[in-house]
Amino acid sequence: MAQDVNSRLTGDYYTAQFGPSLSEEGDTLVLNVGPQHPATHGVLRVIVELDGEYIRRAEPVLGYIHRMHEKMGEVKTYVQYLPNMGRVDYLHALAWNWAYVGAVEKLMGIEVPARAEYIRVITCELNRINSHLLWWGAYLLDLGAFTPILYAFADREHIMDILQMVTGSRLTYCYYRFGGVSADVNDEFIRRTREFVADFKKRLPMYRALVTDNIILRGRCEDIGVLTPEMARRYGATGPVLRGSGVAYDVRRAEPYSVYDRLDFDIPTGQKGDVMDRYEVRMAELDQCLRIIEQALDALPAGAHLSPDLPERFIPPKGEVYFAVEGARGKIGVYLLSDGGPKPYRLKLRAPGFSNLSLFAELAQGTLLADAVSILGSLDLVIPEIDR
Amino acid sequence: MTAQLLELLSHPLGQMIAALAAIMAFMAVNGMALQYAERKVAGFIQRRPGPYEVGPHGLLQPFADAGKLISKQLVAPLGADRLLFWLAPLVSVAPVVVCFLPIPFSPLLTGMNINLGLLLILAFSGLNTLALCLAGWGSNNKYSLLGAARAVSQSVAYEIPLLLSVLAVAFQVGSLDLAAIAASQTQGVLSWNVLVQPLAFIIFFISGIAETNRAPFDLPEAESELTAGFHTEYSGMCFGIFFLAEYSYMVVVCAVATALFLGGWDGPVFPGPWWFLAKTFALIFAMMWFRWTFPRVRFDQLLNVCWKWLIPLGLANLVATAAIVKWVQ
Repeated sequence: MAQDVNSRLTGDYYTAQFGPSLSEEGDTLVLNVGPQHPATHGVLRVIVELDGEYIRRAEPVLGYIHRMHEKMGEVKTYVQYLPNMGRVDYLHALAWNWAYVGAVEKLMGIEVPARAEYIRVITCELNRINSHLLWWGAYLLDLGAFTPILYAFADREHIMDILQMVTGSRLTYCYYRFGGVSADVNDEFIRRTREFVADFKKRLPMYRALVTDNIILRGRCEDIGVLTPEMARRYGATGPVLRGSGVAYDVRRAEPYSVYDRLDFDIPTGQKGDVMDRYEVRMAELDQCLRIIEQALDALPAGAHLSPDLPERFIPPKGEVYFAVEGARGKIGVYLLSDGGPKPYRLKLRAPGFSNLSLFAELAQGTLLADAVSILGSLDLVIPEIDR
Repeated sequence: MTAQLLELLSHPLGQMIAALAAIMAFMAVNGMALQYAERKVAGFIQRRPGPYEVGPHGLLQPFADAGKLISKQLVAPLGADRLLFWLAPLVSVAPVVVCFLPIPFSPLLTGMNINLGLLLILAFSGLNTLALCLAGWGSNNKYSLLGAARAVSQSVAYEIPLLLSVLAVAFQVGSLDLAAIAASQTQGVLSWNVLVQPLAFIIFFISGIAETNRAPFDLPEAESELTAGFHTEYSGMCFGIFFLAEYSYMVVVCAVATALFLGGWDGPVFPGPWWFLAKTFALIFAMMWFRWTFPRVRFDQLLNVCWKWLIPLGLANLVATAAIVKWVQ
């Protein structure tokens, strides 16, 4: 009887696809981590085969919040689709805004005023800090430290207040427009951003002293989930995951867009490619974000925030275009194919999280369950972006 | 009537029943107070007010929570071993009541004066592992099972350094009676065992945190890996009972640490029991502080700390104590 009940509870399609057990004695345990599980940060499901607490193999199951973003892009006009971009990756919404807006601008040859470019840089980097801070808190939550996330949220609150002033929203921003940004920044925005940068510089050493240098955290992170540069390239990993493995690839430098080539910043990289390196890269990127924001604030030119000679309707010519930006999780790419109509013929979104997640199955093999949770956290996944 | 009652109470059995009833009342109040305290301490560390809505400063929050837990439906999962499933919370909470009996809150205020008090506590607190094991096995849930497996290996490992540190103190005083051990430290702060046996105190406190499954050693219920570990499937008051048992074990561990190392009821001006409680709750505060500050250790690291550090150090400490005791004699 008990056997029947169990088979009824676990006999779904993906578990069946997971195939026969690796162990010949049958002493392994197939465990569904997710889709409702605190470690997956959303509705990701990972099927793992456990030998004791060691993972024999792991298989992510995707698609629980597939929302047809790409298809939606094909049935809506270019302007109508814009608000969707804030929902793809809700943590770094402005980077997605930028990727789509940039692609359309490239396709239509729209010039963006210099002031708008700088405003985009400032807001996008603020949003990146926001995203990294949430990752930091949530990752430490994975490791069982409850407090850091509340400190992170205190800082996030300042950023969200600042961004709310100009964008009108706090999470799913829709701020960039074809040819500029929707609203100009005011003096209060600049003053509060400068204040925040000064304050946050003082907070970073505290984070290091409280969390990064903690002996338990170091023990949990060092030499765990070592990702070689070769493997990272093979899976197409980007962002801090790739840079943690020592590859200095950043879209802002490799394929410079906007005014990033005029700004001075470093690309932090790791040496070993373990979880700690990915952690350190993100923490170092917070510093670099502050540097970029300061320079952009100093260089902010006067002028229009939206290009004055925009067409009345956005109907790009026939053609295709690919535009990539550096998001908090890696390379965000938008591929657009236009047949000359008011809607794109085909839209493809390259989500960095998708490539980064595909690493997981190989990286998690042979690790402890607790380490697998830590590795999954270190990839900084946002599930809506992966499922799109 | 009063005379009869007094006669009944003077009988050892009557005394024990009265003590057990008092302990159960203390445990219930203590569970609610500690739950409130934990949330306030967490709030303080995390720079937020903590519970604030129910009653002044959220003081009635524990009652609201208790009411919620009691009124919730108890659900047994499909395919669970019902007997073991319902038995586990009871097995977890019953022994802890006995553990309170020999704790000397003052020379007079002791549930039961027995000269093997320490042994009684160690024996009965070991039963908690059995409860976690039953809960994990009976739930028909893989997370619970993994949590139970962790709980067993953790408890078995950490009972050894715990015993070693306790034995060192017992050697030194020459007694297993907690009241006698506490009484031997009443000549001021310098006579407290925490200064005589600092290593034993550290080993005892670390092992005690691990024994009570508190962070950073809360692996059996590590929620980021095992959702809630052994109590994943428990709802309502069954969860509440596990919760109550955990907090009561915290008090037992800290009370034993107070009696063994911090001079028990020793202290100026105020009467003994107040000092005993103050020291106990100071230790509990330290435990809460750890929980809200540190990340969780990994399982192999947890066992490494035990087998490679605590047990050798505990053994060395025990041998040194034995040698010194022999030499002094």
